Amino acid sequence: MDKKLPLALKVNDLDNVATVFSNEAKAGSDVEVRDKKGNSFVMQLLNDIPYGHKVALREVHPGEDIIKYGESLGEATHEIAAGEYVHVHNLDSKRGRGDKEG
Amino acid sequence: MEFWGYVRENGKVGARNYVAVIPTVVCAAEAAQSICNSVSGCISFLHHQGCCQLPPDLERVTDTLIALGSSPNVGAVLLVSLGCEGTDVDRLMSTLAATGKPIDMVRIQEDGGISASIALGISKAKRLAALISTQRRQPVDISNVVMSIKCGGSDATSGMASNCVIGYVADKIVDAGGTVIFGETTEFIGAEHILARRAVNKQVGDRIFEIVNNMEARAKSLGCDMRKGQPTPGNIAGGLTTIEEKSLGAIMKSGSRPIQGVMEYTDMVTDHKGLWIKDTPGREPEILTGMACTGAQVMCFSTGRGAPQGFPSMPVLKICGNVNTYQKMEQDMDINAGVIITGESSIEQVGEYTFERLLSTLSGEMTKSEAIKYFNFIDIYTMGPVI
Repeated sequence: MDKKLPLALKVNDLDNVATVFSNEAKAGSDVEVRDKKGNSFVMQLLNDIPYGHKVALREVHPGEDIIKYGESLGEATHEIAAGEYVHVHNLDSKRGRGDKEG
Repeated sequence: MEFWGYVRENGKVGARNYVAVIPTVVCAAEAAQSICNSVSGCISFLHHQGCCQLPPDLERVTDTLIALGSSPNVGAVLLVSLGCEGTDVDRLMSTLAATGKPIDMVRIQEDGGISASIALGISKAKRLAALISTQRRQPVDISNVVMSIKCGGSDATSGMASNCVIGYVADKIVDAGGTVIFGETTEFIGAEHILARRAVNKQVGDRIFEIVNNMEARAKSLGCDMRKGQPTPGNIAGGLTTIEEKSLGAIMKSGSRPIQGVMEYTDMVTDHKGLWIKDTPGREPEILTGMACTGAQVMCFSTGRGAPQGFPSMPVLKICGNVNTYQKMEQDMDINAGVIITGESSIEQVGEYTFERLLSTLSGEMTKSEAIKYFNFIDIYTMGPVI
């Protein structure tokens, strides 16, 4: 690639999100998604994504697990498209939920 | 491999040689601080406990202060007592005296009140400081290292850079016959199954699930979502969405070696070798105290947002995973692990450098938090209410 694209790292082959490490990851721009083996591909972002935040690598449906490190981070609360920003607005924890008990 | 340390009478090895001026109760903290500020080579533990607590907590305060005073980084102890506290001052005095360290005491209600006790405390602390100043470092094997580890002010870089560096160093210490202690039970939530698989036996694995269940029950006790308490607003702004995500990144710092067992908050390292868990919350003032209680000579502390904490008796080496933070806070960060994210260095390269800096810190090199004296206030993790 001639131009250096914003970088996103995918930790585990099972992951459906990658973490963006760039201050220039804007809606409509491309990011380079790289895995631990050095394989990479380019994908387009649907939203602005801040440094250290997550982008969906594929479509995720409500109730489905968001996976990073090959493990569950919790479940999607909305339809999530590939290239979409994943954070507190569409990902909920399943743990420490005193609000869901009693 | 060796470092230069102070060999104590009980065979433990210290990386520092302080006079610890220990208030036995919060009401004695002002006097202890004044004494500490007036005499070279002194540190204090300015905590908020020791009175109007339920008996198990009072016992915990006594045990904590015993463990802090027993640290091999402490060469002598001056207790500053009020006189009517709930802490067991007699047990504190006799247990610390049995370590063979020089120990002395002032009692504010007996010795003429605050100002007279400060004056008396200064003269006593001066004597202790002079007494231990003749002790010399000597080369000792690295198997004597007890390293505590912790992450704080985490963001998405922590689990992918700085915690991985600490994990690399932790494996090296374990392989060299040393001891590594990690904690933050809250930050096992969602990752406990991975830790339990690394337990040496089923009993230890079950205990890991048990301490996580207890911590989660504590978090749920007010009937709300724990988010904002854990993960914190800073974690969330840094890209960590859920406690599961924070935990999966946090456990990276424990490396890959088997987990030998679970220590309680005030437990000290005796013949513990290898990798151990200490059951603690995640918040710095309480966990750093719990880690110092083990007798750890040093702490490796990973951060992404820029946590500046130090601890009075235990040097804290800061490893920063976020290049933006490192640039802004180089004055407080000892090591830049952000170069792993940018691809300029590998985990192994930064890990080897961190290991060298660890040995140098153990041998006397000041960390940045020591240089700025970021260590006046500590806290003790208690279980029940103040009454």
